[in-house]
Amino acid sequence: MKRMKTAYTAGLALLGLVLASGCHRDMYDQPKYEPYDQSTFFTDQKADRQPVTGTVARGQLALDDAFYRGAVNGKPVPNIPPAALARFANTRDMLRRGQAQYNTFCQPCHGESGYGNGMIAQRGLSQRRQVPTYHSPRLRDIEDGHFYDVITNGFGVMYPYSSRIAPEDRWAVVAYIRALQLSQNARPSDMPAEARQRLLRGENPNVAPGAAATTGTTSTNE
Amino acid sequence: MPQIFHSSTNTLARASIVLAAIAPLGLMMALSAMSRTYFVRLNVPVQQPVPFSHEHHSNELGIACQYCHVSVEKAGNAGLPPTHTCMSCHSQIWTNSPLLEPVRESYRSQTPLKWNKVWDLPDFVYFNHSIHVNKGIPCQHCHGNINQMQITYKSVHHSMAWCLDCHRAPEKYIRPREEVYSFDYNLHAAIERYADEHAKATGKKLEQIPRNQVEFGQLLVQDANINKKQLSDCWICHR
Ligand code: HEC
Ligand code: HEC
Ligand code: HEC
Ligand code: HEC
Ligand code: HEC
Ligand code: HEC
Repeated sequence: MKRMKTAYTAGLALLGLVLASGCHRDMYDQPKYEPYDQSTFFTDQKADRQPVTGTVARGQLALDDAFYRGAVNGKPVPNIPPAALARFANTRDMLRRGQAQYNTFCQPCHGESGYGNGMIAQRGLSQRRQVPTYHSPRLRDIEDGHFYDVITNGFGVMYPYSSRIAPEDRWAVVAYIRALQLSQNARPSDMPAEARQRLLRGENPNVAPGAAATTGTTSTNE
Repeated sequence: MPQIFHSSTNTLARASIVLAAIAPLGLMMALSAMSRTYFVRLNVPVQQPVPFSHEHHSNELGIACQYCHVSVEKAGNAGLPPTHTCMSCHSQIWTNSPLLEPVRESYRSQTPLKWNKVWDLPDFVYFNHSIHVNKGIPCQHCHGNINQMQITYKSVHHSMAWCLDCHRAPEKYIRPREEVYSFDYNLHAAIERYADEHAKATGKKLEQIPRNQVEFGQLLVQDANINKKQLSDCWICHR
């Protein structure tokens, strides 16, 4: 009789254990915040906190006006500042990076070659506001710093992209836009003599793959 | 005394033995099917405040994943787009769509949209996007054909066995780095391009052209410097 009772208790305990093994959510959802979580503690309900206004994180001190704002004393810098070039191993890497960023963030509206005919422009944006081409005389002659400013602060109805594109990448995009402008407005005299010879002979003038004038219409998702 | 059991009950008894052997199996199958739909919620569209469609934005309009998931190459978390990102287009297009009213309201009142999670690992598992994406593991392997989803649903269940299947043999799924965002990957075109680039960079032809995913994968695993030995250690994911 006694033995049956122990067996009975043991059986119950086992059943309890088996059932309890289903109740393990506490380790699955631990009382900690993950990115984008909702907070019940902070009044704005965001678990992701903003730094206190006025704090500057290490490496984020943006004193170099030419590099961080594309303008010195309120005037756009004419050329890409050396500090931006120094962030890349060589100009070819910079153009590649610029191409990748351009194709991600600008191409939907401005189009692959910069004529302002991207998919979003075609789907209705240009009926409200014409997306401009980069190949107008005004934009061909404008300072490099102007493009940087447009990316950083937006322009007219175009929203700013500063939260998504880092300063050095913005300069890479500027370099790539310059390459696009060159590619659509190149004269034979812009070519190296050797390539011009090849063109005159009716051959493919492209020498080095990745040279500025030839990267215009390739699309890679780097 | 008449017989209590008819002779046919013998067959019944035998059948019940077989049934008893099969029953647990059936129960297990039923449970696992239930856990897929009820607990894991595989293939069940997740309700969202705005019926956002990847099919529309990614596939049809061709917007790159990083336009919205900005940090996927740089950080552990892929990042969800803030309302500002939606408004960079929807301040100008489809400005009267009632479906987009929550987006406009969120932008006006500066309160974020509350997206419901689709994939959610348990909190005791560590995961990081940037290493996977940068070493050539495609979105498609882990998120299925999300570019064809009208409403996002979980198409792949991230069980431990599923993670380990790849961590033990990444060559089965790895791609060249520039193909991680692709949803119509062509293995043979990728191999050709790889062989071309190899020849251009080293001036020598590949010793042997890879014939299938695994052979190609072995080359890529080598190139990406992946340490397969430690990849299935517990501490990699439970730290
Ligand atoms: C959502 C669509 C959209 C995207 C994406 C976009 N732009 Fe624009 N962009 C516009 C529109 C529209 C205008 C015209 C604005 C106006 O006239 O009010 C414009 C204007 C410009 C101009 C012309 C400024 C001038 O002086 O006339 C430049 C330069 C430019 N964008 C660069 C960029 C760059 C670089 C990117 C990528 C980082 C980019 N845009 C991404 C829509 C877009
Ligand atoms: C126009 C912006 C946009 C683009 C482009 C975009 N997404 Fe999304 N994505 C979102 C939004 C908003 C959500 C949250 C709502 C949802 O789950 O559908 C999301 C959710 C996701 C999720 C589910 C996250 C979770 O809750 O677990 C995955 C995975 C994802 N996106 C992958 C991708 C991939 C891969 C691409 C490129 C093919 C892509 N996205 C392109 C905006 C975008
Ligand atoms: C790069 C531009 C772009 C961005 C960014 C963008 N969309 Fe769209 N979206 C579009 C276009 C273009 C359409 C309409 C396409 C068509 O049918 O022509 C659209 C359509 C929609 C629709 C359908 C509207 C209707 O009435 O049928 C919804 C909903 C929507 N978007 C939500 C979002 C959300 C949410 C975000 C932010 C995560 C977002 N979109 C970001 C370009 C964009
Ligand atoms: C090796 C598998 C894997 C790959 C490759 C992968 N993801 Fe994910 N993704 C996950 C997992 C797992 C989660 C859930 C993370 C969590 O719950 O902490 C997730 C979550 C997300 C989310 C929700 C936000 C977040 O980070 O939790 C987005 C957005 C997303 N992925 C987009 C992408 C995009 C875009 C790509 C391709 C560039 C991609 N993923 C590639 C496994 C992967
Ligand atoms: C399709 C293949 C694949 C899948 C699926 C996959 N991984 Fe990975 N994972 C990799 C590769 C390749 C690496 C890079 C290893 C290296 O560089 O040595 C990696 C690295 C990692 C790392 C970083 C290791 C370190 O040393 O910091 C973590 C953490 C990780 N994976 C977790 C996960 C988790 C959790 C899952 C399941 C949700 C998962 N992975 C699914 C292929 C995969
Ligand atoms: C590649 C990543 C990875 C590695 C390596 C890994 N795990 Fe896991 N583990 C996971 C994931 C993902 C889950 C969550 C699965 C789920 O949600 O069903 C998990 C869940 C678990 C659980 C909880 C199971 C449950 O049902 O609650 C245990 C226990 C566990 N792992 C032990 C281990 C041990 C022991 C090792 C080493 C031998 C290990 N894991 C190695 C990814 C990993």
